Amino acid sequence: MRVHFKTGYAQDIGLFEDARSAVKYLSLVILALSAPFWLDEYLLGEITYVLIFVLAGLGLMILAGHTGQPSLGHAAFLACGAYMEVILQTAGVPFLLSFPLAGLFAGCVGAIIAIPALRMSGIYLAIATMAFGIMAEDIIILLAPWTGGIEGVFVSSIVIFGMEIDRYGDADKFYWLCLIVVILVTLGYRNLLRSPTGRAFTAIRDSEVSARAMGVNVARTKTLAFGLSCFVTGLAGALLAHYLTAFNYEAFLILISIQLLLMVTVGGLGSIHGAYLGAIVVGLLPVVIASTRQLMAELFDMGNTTIPGIETAIFAALIVLFIIFEPLGIYGRWMKIKVWFELFPLARKDMFRRQKSYLKTERMK
Amino acid sequence: MSLLSVENLSISFGGVKAVDGVSFEVEAGEVFTIVGPNGAGKSTIFNMISRIYDPTGGIIRFDGQDITGLRPDQIAPLGIARTFQNIELFEHSTVMHNLLVGQHARRTTSWLSDLFFLPRTRREEHDMRRRAEEVIEFLDLQAYRNKMIAGLPYGIRKVVEVARALASRPRIILLDEPASGLSVEETQDMAYWIEDMQRDLGITILMVEHDMSLVNQVSDRVLAIADGRMLATGTAAEVQNHPDVISAYLGVEEDA
Repeated sequence: MRVHFKTGYAQDIGLFEDARSAVKYLSLVILALSAPFWLDEYLLGEITYVLIFVLAGLGLMILAGHTGQPSLGHAAFLACGAYMEVILQTAGVPFLLSFPLAGLFAGCVGAIIAIPALRMSGIYLAIATMAFGIMAEDIIILLAPWTGGIEGVFVSSIVIFGMEIDRYGDADKFYWLCLIVVILVTLGYRNLLRSPTGRAFTAIRDSEVSARAMGVNVARTKTLAFGLSCFVTGLAGALLAHYLTAFNYEAFLILISIQLLLMVTVGGLGSIHGAYLGAIVVGLLPVVIASTRQLMAELFDMGNTTIPGIETAIFAALIVLFIIFEPLGIYGRWMKIKVWFELFPLARKDMFRRQKSYLKTERMK
Repeated sequence: MSLLSVENLSISFGGVKAVDGVSFEVEAGEVFTIVGPNGAGKSTIFNMISRIYDPTGGIIRFDGQDITGLRPDQIAPLGIARTFQNIELFEHSTVMHNLLVGQHARRTTSWLSDLFFLPRTRREEHDMRRRAEEVIEFLDLQAYRNKMIAGLPYGIRKVVEVARALASRPRIILLDEPASGLSVEETQDMAYWIEDMQRDLGITILMVEHDMSLVNQVSDRVLAIADGRMLATGTAAEVQNHPDVISAYLGVEEDA
């Protein structure tokens, strides 16, 4: 069993648990940075897509995982970021400016949505945000002069200091851009979690009345969580716009919102790792299904038969299985396996028995 | 001047007057206890002081300042900390984490500083940990520092709640039934800690409690209430022998 023996407060405050985990995460970053050198272009494109969804997942995780406010309308904020990016790029605003502005726009919309949302919690909040997500689809169509309506819009490739990054032509550069954004956001997220702001978020999630008694301004903190969450999701939207290059409102249907919530739930609510793991599973699942289908076709000579709705069915089955057997998601399961090995042979079956539900609803007293 | 004064405090839920014209003053440095049968309105008084409920009448003053119109989250920064009757700790966090959240009212950094983890935030995190260690040392919680609340026994959770209140450097602590559900030894420990907090840290304590042995041991003054009305104020012995208090608890004997 590994014991973290701390000799100073700095070790407790630090970004990494100990030198070993620092090495672990840094090598992971190096591995990710070197991916374009050893991956073919198709897979690199898929992984870029996963990274964009990691970013969106991180955004939703702030709200759903750490502040305990489920949102079923996050695709709308993805859309806010994507369309704002297209509008600004078309107006000739350089990427380094348009990108944060697109995120900021989504963040502001999120903070405004937070005002009525403050009065709700749990299932009611989920329904209200879902209604907003559905409304957003119509708003996009109504704002046709800016959003292209049903026909959609086209976005030019990114230019940073004269260097052109075309999603297809320079897949490696686009991948690195996404990776750097994801790493920076993750660092900021970690910083929040190890400081009073992040603790205020989790305090609201675990006991609102207690958080108030500790001096947490619940209304302001929730608004901040909404704003930050939507800011990050907006950034993901802006990257998604460049990834898709041409898109219309169908890229932000309510299904995408559900997929996002599914991602953070399957990955593990309340952990940064969860956002990554969830995005990897949800993002790569279609790839796995497609290649399995191809393999089956070759093996059994079935030709190019497709089973309609198989992806949705597998997603649905996944979420049901996770909620029943592992509400803490892949990351929760991973932690349990890790502890089991670390404590071997002392681990007990009931060690992880949950005493209260994770997402409390309407617990005011 | 008294530290906390409550004047003519009243609240009604629908037609029920839960608290009706209660007035008392808590002097700085004393242990003031409110006793009364179940449903007398003791916890309701606490919830009005911590601003979770809005009183329908009356004024609450802390250190001369009228706090009746403040928001619940504005109470802790004044130096009023509280515990809850049914423990309200953050269950999925460690004891240390709970003590850090307890100091939220004393934070000086903004979320932007937190986001980039500026030196200011780092320094404050450092100070908060030192403060948490002081409280851990004071209440003998060393063995539980990095344990999850969900895995702790009930008696320890009660102490952690006191610790969390103490971490915010309060001037007054409101203890809502600190001994409920505790064993005889644990109740005795709680009594020692209350005495220590009063004597060594100079903290004023306002307490609601049923356990008369604890009340007798630590209280400087006791207020008895029943059905939201004041019955008697005085030392523990005086209140216990007051005819109104006896009749509220035991009922009135019919004259033969």
